[in-house]
Amino acid sequence: MNLISVTSPHTTGPSRTQRVMAQVLLATLPGLAVLCGLFGWGSLINVVWACAAALACEAAVLRLRGKPVGFHLADGSALVTAVLLALAIPPTAPWWLTLVGVGFAIIFAKQLYGGLGMNPFNPAMAGYVLLLISFPVDMTRWLPPFEAPDLATSLQLFLGRDHGIDALTGATPLDSLRTWAGDAAALAAQPALHGTFAGLGWEWVNLAFLAGGLWLLWRRVITWHIPAALLGALALCALPFWLHDSARFASPLFHLFSGAAMFGAFFIATDPVSAATSRTGRLIYAALIGVLIWVIRSFGGYPDAMAFAVLLLNLAAPTIDYYTQPRSYGHSKPKRGIGG
Amino acid sequence: MSLLSRLLPRRRFDFHGGIHPPERKALSNGTPIRPGPMPAQLILPLTMHIGAPARPLVQVGDRVLKGEKIAEASGPVSVPVHAPSSGVISAIEPRPIQHPSGLDAPCIVLDTDGEDRWTALHPHPDFRAIPRPELLALIREAGIAGLGGAGFPTAIKLNLRDNQRIEQLILNAVECEPYITADDRLMRERAPALIRGIEILRYLVQPAETIVAIEDNKPEAIAAMRAAAEGTGIRIMTVPTKYPSGGEKQLIRLVTGKEVRSGGIPAEIGVVCQNIGTAYAVERAVVHGEPLIRRITTLTGEAFTQPGNVETLIGTPVQALLEAGGVTQPHRGRLIMGGPMMGFSIDHPMSPVVKTSNCIIAAPLTELPEPAPEQSCIRCGACADVCPAELLPQQLYWYSKAGEFDRARHYNLLDCIECGACSYVCPSNIPLVQYYRYAKAELRKQAAEHQKADRARERFEARTARIEKEKAEKEARRQARLAANRVKQAPDAAAPPAQADLKKAVNDASAAYKTAVKAAKEAEASGADNAVALRAEAERLKAHADALKANLRDAKAAGPAAPAHDDGLPALKKAVADASAAYKAAVKAMKDVEAGGDGDIDALRADTERLKAEADRLKAALRDAKAAAPAVVAAPVQEDPVAALKKAVADASSAYKAAVKAAKEAEASGDGDLDALRAEAERLKPTGSKPNCVTPRRRPRPHHHQPHRQPPRLRPPAMTRSKNATSA
Repeated sequence: MNLISVTSPHTTGPSRTQRVMAQVLLATLPGLAVLCGLFGWGSLINVVWACAAALACEAAVLRLRGKPVGFHLADGSALVTAVLLALAIPPTAPWWLTLVGVGFAIIFAKQLYGGLGMNPFNPAMAGYVLLLISFPVDMTRWLPPFEAPDLATSLQLFLGRDHGIDALTGATPLDSLRTWAGDAAALAAQPALHGTFAGLGWEWVNLAFLAGGLWLLWRRVITWHIPAALLGALALCALPFWLHDSARFASPLFHLFSGAAMFGAFFIATDPVSAATSRTGRLIYAALIGVLIWVIRSFGGYPDAMAFAVLLLNLAAPTIDYYTQPRSYGHSKPKRGIGG
Repeated sequence: MSLLSRLLPRRRFDFHGGIHPPERKALSNGTPIRPGPMPAQLILPLTMHIGAPARPLVQVGDRVLKGEKIAEASGPVSVPVHAPSSGVISAIEPRPIQHPSGLDAPCIVLDTDGEDRWTALHPHPDFRAIPRPELLALIREAGIAGLGGAGFPTAIKLNLRDNQRIEQLILNAVECEPYITADDRLMRERAPALIRGIEILRYLVQPAETIVAIEDNKPEAIAAMRAAAEGTGIRIMTVPTKYPSGGEKQLIRLVTGKEVRSGGIPAEIGVVCQNIGTAYAVERAVVHGEPLIRRITTLTGEAFTQPGNVETLIGTPVQALLEAGGVTQPHRGRLIMGGPMMGFSIDHPMSPVVKTSNCIIAAPLTELPEPAPEQSCIRCGACADVCPAELLPQQLYWYSKAGEFDRARHYNLLDCIECGACSYVCPSNIPLVQYYRYAKAELRKQAAEHQKADRARERFEARTARIEKEKAEKEARRQARLAANRVKQAPDAAAPPAQADLKKAVNDASAAYKTAVKAAKEAEASGADNAVALRAEAERLKAHADALKANLRDAKAAGPAAPAHDDGLPALKKAVADASAAYKAAVKAMKDVEAGGDGDIDALRADTERLKAEADRLKAALRDAKAAAPAVVAAPVQEDPVAALKKAVADASSAYKAAVKAAKEAEASGDGDLDALRAEAERLKPTGSKPNCVTPRRRPRPHHHQPHRQPPRLRPPAMTRSKNATSA
């Protein structure tokens, strides 16, 4: 007899981390497609480049840490970080911008904390915030939608050759709102603000990410708690102020379909590693992200706020966990704190 | 149960989480239960149940009959073991058994003779005629321990306290683990016997309602049980197929909506839960008189060519069952006793089937592959979503891995039922249950170490206290000896050779002074009212002693011819007066003590006598001096004797008054002091012969007996007060 001694359970379900990561990557495809359709090849180039950079960085650090490189690369988490960051970076970004962001995300925000599962902050958002603070101009050069440059132009931009880039760029709906809020006439004159049902072009980007997110929900890769709480809180904050002063505050619909709302709600905030743990905790965590997004969009110095809001709540997640443990079977009330 | 609640549809309850692994029951549930093999050797572990191991009643070489008791229960939580067939006991020794530790355990080995001859059985078809305590004893003596899970002695679970009211008796026929079909087949084929068994349990527990819970994936079993339960009032309840709805706590919640308190037992909330297989064993034991010597075991897994359920003798080696199920060539892959979720790997094919063995899975690696390597936890929370105990498994994992066991406990690690649902869903292949077992074992170890440390500390503290006490006693004995020696020596010192009266007077006077100073000091220390008076008396005595000393010096210088100096006579007179005053004070003290009936009275009397003699001697000396003086003394000095005498009288009376006053004051303030003195004397007296009872382990040290112990020297009561108290 050649028996294998394993303690129970002796069987496991079909769920695998690689599969989870692959499904997340698949779910970003509609969003990527719409971004490419609206803004040209830039986003796709960014994604490919970011993936290569991420794998290289991850492999290098794993090697330095003496970890099995192939085994850890295969979990796909580096690719997810790379793709999410690349989708958040403007399609006009030069190669080094992406490289710096991805390198920081993988090396500092992820591996230096101990690799997958150990990072307190969402690596993609950490990379994004680093870039936004360090290179604010490059990070806010979005193109106007429906005027996609050709592949050659996109490649030129990627290689960092200034192709009269400033002539190409245009304000995003959130930029316009930020600039003209309070001036009803000016707002009415901004084409970016008047798409089919929300911000021009970006409504489709958000719709595509929503579709991908719903697919993740259906595949049970994520649960409804975080997206619902985030979007719900964002809409709930927006509604009374919009009703009160629509010249100054945008409508809930506009908020939900502008900027990184859907992308963030389904792909960023749902990162389980840096989110709160319990279901209640995740509801609170996501709702607070939604509130922060609205506050920063309406009153802050940046037109969009997904990255800041997520990072701030990453920081708060342990505290939320502290207070939101579930009541275990046979206990009259939930516990608090971390014991010890 | 009220009519209304009977008529209303029952509310469906659910428990949190749960999973739906592939059931794989069709592998083994299609064929009837068949008899198991008759192996050449049966191996019967002494611990097939939870609790104390059974104690063997047989010896190697004994011939036993089928059903004969071969080991008896060794405690309240223990059950006996019976011979599953007839034969000869060939060994009582450790054998490999199915145990997570992989260690061998003591077993009785029975070589079967193939005759399978029964011992005399005592059936009780009419169990209602038996009083409940006897019925419980019968169940216990039949060796019945829960056949479904942990193997807890059944009689204990059924033995309720008088004031315990049971609302629900739940028969667990859920069989939620994949692969296992033993209960399913049992219910399909032997439902009437099961109902009889349930009736016995009902009779014992007297529940308000009896519910048989069956997962809805066993329609045939449900139908058979419904038919058999017709008219009995036993409810057959279907529960949705979900693992682990057969967990006791989960099932109770599922059926009643109630929760068993963490660390509690179901009876606290009016629930008794029994496995359906146990009900069958109870029926066999009571109605047929058969002890628990066989059970239904599922043989399943793709390695079996003839899977199915066998009614196997307990003690049958797994190898015999593999052969009976058609596993002909050596099996490679997984061999599991129990289900795939909570079963144990079998390391040795000669491990026997025990009372809790409901399933043997022989699966090739294609069916149950080796576990994949563990990846990083991505905190996806899938484990928390499926946890039926509503824990946060990823936190438990985190703390278990980090060795922070107290935190793991804070996160209710000890409520984990080790169902394996979390491991099953983990996308990173983390053997979570393994971590929890490790952490639980560490916590148990910690608890044991704490207990050990507590005991060690108690021992140490007790030892320290004992040593301190011994030291104190030693010191007390030493002090007592010292005091006794002082007392012994004091009278010698106080009895100087009577050389010259004057010298003696000087000595006496200075001794009186010293005593007075001491008394004054002690009075001051204890804050007695007469301290000032005593101090003044002491001063006076000092001056007096000095004067006497000067007289002595002068007398020495003048030579023996002139003993009577000018000042010598009055000084002598004064000494006489003092001595008589001291004598009077002594008499008074003696009387006081006499009134208190103290034992020191003799000593006091002796002292008083001594003082009186001294005073008389001084008086005589004074007379002599007076007789010698007139010739020498001049006229002006003539009138002196009268004045001197007057003065002596006055001095004597004042000294007397002072002494009386001191004595009175001491008496007024010092009744307790007299008592203390007495108690102290009592305490000192027996020390020499008293055995050292506080430290009995040590031999009492032979104490030095003092044959000439002298009574303490007389002192005015106020003076004795704290001297002995401080030396105690």
